Amino acid sequence: MAKLFEAADANILMTELRRSFDAGVTRGYEWRVSQLKKLLVICDNHETEIVSALHDDLGKPELESSVYEVALLRNSIKLALKQLKNWMAPDKAKTSLTTFPASAEIVSEPLGVVLVISAWNYPFLLSIDPVIGAISAGNAVVLKPSELAPASSSLLAKLLEQYLDPSAVRVVEGAVTETTLLLEQKWDKIFYTGSSKIGRIIMMAAAKHLTPVVLELGGKSPVVIDSDTNLKITAKRIISGKWGCNNGQACISPDYILTTKEYAPKVIDAMKQELEAFYGKNPMESKDMSRIVNSNHFDRLSKILEEKDVSDKIVYGGQKNRDNLKISPTILLDVPLDSLIMSEEIFGPLLPILTLNNLEECFDVIRSRPKPLAAYLFTQNQKLKERFAMTISAGGIVVNDIAVHLSLPTLPFGGVGESGMGSYHGKFSFDAFSHKKAVLYKGFIGDAAIRYPPYSRGKLRLLKALVNSNLVEVFKVLLGLS
Amino acid sequence: MEAMKETVDQNLREMRDTFASGRTRSVKWRKTQLQAIIEMVKDNEDKMCDVLFQDLGKHRTEAFRDELGFVMRSAETALKCLDKWVVPKKSNLPLLFYPATGKVISEPYGTVLVLSSWNFPISLSLDPMIGAISAGNTVLLKASELSPNTSAFLAKTIPSYLDTKAIKVIEGGPDVATILLQHQWDKIFFTGSPRIGKIIMAAAANHLTPVTLELGGKCPTIIDHHSVSKDMKSVVKRITGAKWGSCSGQACISVDYVLVEQSFASSLVEMLKPVIKSFFGENPKESGSLARIVTKKHFQRLSRLLSDPRVQASIVYGGSMDEEKLYVEPTILLDPPLDSEIMNEEIFGPILPIITLRDIQESIGFIKSKPKPLAIYAFTKDEKLKTRILSETSSGSVTFNDVMIQYMCDALPFGGVGESGMGRYHGKYSFECFSHEKAVMEGSLAMDLEPRYPPWNNFKLTFIRLAFREAYFKLVLLMLGLKK
Repeated sequence: MAKLFEAADANILMTELRRSFDAGVTRGYEWRVSQLKKLLVICDNHETEIVSALHDDLGKPELESSVYEVALLRNSIKLALKQLKNWMAPDKAKTSLTTFPASAEIVSEPLGVVLVISAWNYPFLLSIDPVIGAISAGNAVVLKPSELAPASSSLLAKLLEQYLDPSAVRVVEGAVTETTLLLEQKWDKIFYTGSSKIGRIIMMAAAKHLTPVVLELGGKSPVVIDSDTNLKITAKRIISGKWGCNNGQACISPDYILTTKEYAPKVIDAMKQELEAFYGKNPMESKDMSRIVNSNHFDRLSKILEEKDVSDKIVYGGQKNRDNLKISPTILLDVPLDSLIMSEEIFGPLLPILTLNNLEECFDVIRSRPKPLAAYLFTQNQKLKERFAMTISAGGIVVNDIAVHLSLPTLPFGGVGESGMGSYHGKFSFDAFSHKKAVLYKGFIGDAAIRYPPYSRGKLRLLKALVNSNLVEVFKVLLGLS
Repeated sequence: MEAMKETVDQNLREMRDTFASGRTRSVKWRKTQLQAIIEMVKDNEDKMCDVLFQDLGKHRTEAFRDELGFVMRSAETALKCLDKWVVPKKSNLPLLFYPATGKVISEPYGTVLVLSSWNFPISLSLDPMIGAISAGNTVLLKASELSPNTSAFLAKTIPSYLDTKAIKVIEGGPDVATILLQHQWDKIFFTGSPRIGKIIMAAAANHLTPVTLELGGKCPTIIDHHSVSKDMKSVVKRITGAKWGSCSGQACISVDYVLVEQSFASSLVEMLKPVIKSFFGENPKESGSLARIVTKKHFQRLSRLLSDPRVQASIVYGGSMDEEKLYVEPTILLDPPLDSEIMNEEIFGPILPIITLRDIQESIGFIKSKPKPLAIYAFTKDEKLKTRILSETSSGSVTFNDVMIQYMCDALPFGGVGESGMGRYHGKYSFECFSHEKAVMEGSLAMDLEPRYPPWNNFKLTFIRLAFREAYFKLVLLMLGLKK
């Protein structure tokens, strides 16, 4: 039986990592590169085991595991390896007449010892991607993977221990007890992926030590479908973004659809047609979808599906099998706005469609709810696209596609309001785990007496001119002309 | 309190409605408000100097340099740069995603709360507000009750200049702050002590509100006398001017203590004395150039720090105090005990400990033994020492060969790390501080890649693998059936 993780262990862990960090183990370019390369080796040499663990934990199809977990990670590591020197270089900053003569720059430095807490739905991606950021930025890091994906958690622990530098990178497995013990320590940054409810607890614990946090949370990501769209492509993209991504159990999964009363039947038909093309006539038999992660979540989803006035709104699917934790792709039409299914993030294979009298109303509907992690729009109408992008507040907006922005390292990925704070991916990951230290180099020339007491009217005038970077005025005062 | 709760509710409701109306998003509206701030300061220069004198005994010149002038320049910078700041930033996407486009739009958080501190009550209130307004937010300010005249002035004057439906001012102390913190804000900006910073962040956690906390710490000043001996006069003037010439040491980026080699310590003291005299005269209390201590409570705190007999014994200059006038003389200590209170909390007053070391290199270890400060100052021309300071210590900022001036450089982010805070502002960083950087991606409905979709098979898997590696040539081969 594994040794219990206790408070003393958390203390020791922290002491050891701090010692390594203070000794400078993690700061050098070579160390960071060596760790990133080892992560790459893990991706290259252990893909089969990773795919297998993901299948055990989630019934994830091989393609999803290879693509959305391993391949994305491989790209993330390669980008970091390629760009690290650039990212680590200081940025020059402009100085002004007031601070003349001086030069200034912004230096990126590691925060120190950081904690990454990841989620169960993309256990490898959401564990290692933040760790890539932490390591690139030169930190020592502790990873706590989710206990709800136990095979992945234990494989992560094994692989990281085997390949990475144990003096600076560690994995702590466990659940609430272990997480609570970890949260009592003073971290230099905490990076959490999960629910808004736990996000609050994390931030509250972080507040005790003034630890900055990145919280990658979730929400109900709406999909607005305009009648001028290419419906076939729209349906395919929604389906692969929803059921093709861990069977709807993803933070940026399309949660519900908004479209007009008139257009809705066409949307439903298109969805049905493409769903059958993807998953066949018996989707419960299809091997191309993840299962529901565990019986708790299965029961949660059953409950919201069986609610009165909701269960009779099913227009497609609705089959369930608790033994193998499967729920078929299910579409519902016009469930009540105050139903359970419309009150919390679904995180499953159920997709409600809400109809509007006219598409304009989608703005009010979305704005009346907490800000989601993503908001989607399918349309060819340029004005609508602009209005949507400018006035709908969400972590990210995607027009005419679903979820792909997750794989773009040049866009910051993060939430706002209830869907989170902070962002990462690409350079944003490096920045998330860095302190940007301002450095000003001053010389000794130009020690204006006006800086110092005793204060006089003349000094005040000169100061005013300097503050306004008003060269003419400066000269006038200096020459006694003002 | 019930009345206050009602007032807060009403204000919030109005601010939210105003934000929802979209009025604050217009660049024209933002510029009008920024212009109005400049006018407000210009029109009320005398009044502002008066209240700063009443609250803190600040001389007009100090008031202009640290507060009025600073605020006007900040607003002018924002006015000048706003058109540039609001432009979405384009992102480059990999070829595979062609013809998709990506960009990042800066959008206002919504309704934000600014809680300012008493030591620079004008600039620490208006400067964050400038950021909030530039970014298109509605904003509520609660200034510190410990600078009551300034707080009252702001509460009365801001409504005459700024859009009252979007920008609000509330006065009050901790009880009002508590009520404010029970509400949901889209962002909270706080300047003050680490102790209160923790309370603010915990309250913000209830609503998942992002925070910027500008806190404090003990900002050390290293004097490497070997390498700056030629310029020592300037060094001494800069330290003296900064420590006592800016709110009498009551500033988050003030020189808290000095680190110097034992061999130079007494020379340093002997150089400081005449400079202090030349700046503040024989009787600094009457000089008019030295701010006073803000309240009796803070006076008593400083008095307590000095009352430790071992600290008393280390006084080499000054030490006199006048509770009635809230005056503490510019005081220098030489090697007070390292475990004394004065060496373990932010001094925030006109007392300057000089700590001696055998070798200036030891200053690095000394600084590291304490919480990360807001600023580290180092007077040195030794490049090796500079490198060591930069790479081995951590602080909000580092300034070489001057003190406090980094505050004026708005191309540099101003903020702390660790105990000294989180987040940053000044210049464009103020705009970013109050903005959500929203990623926007647009795909095309024209082109579609079959391998994106189930049912899965080996071909699709191979395709996607190659696509991820951006191995375009091999992709083409695959599609032509020339690759397995």
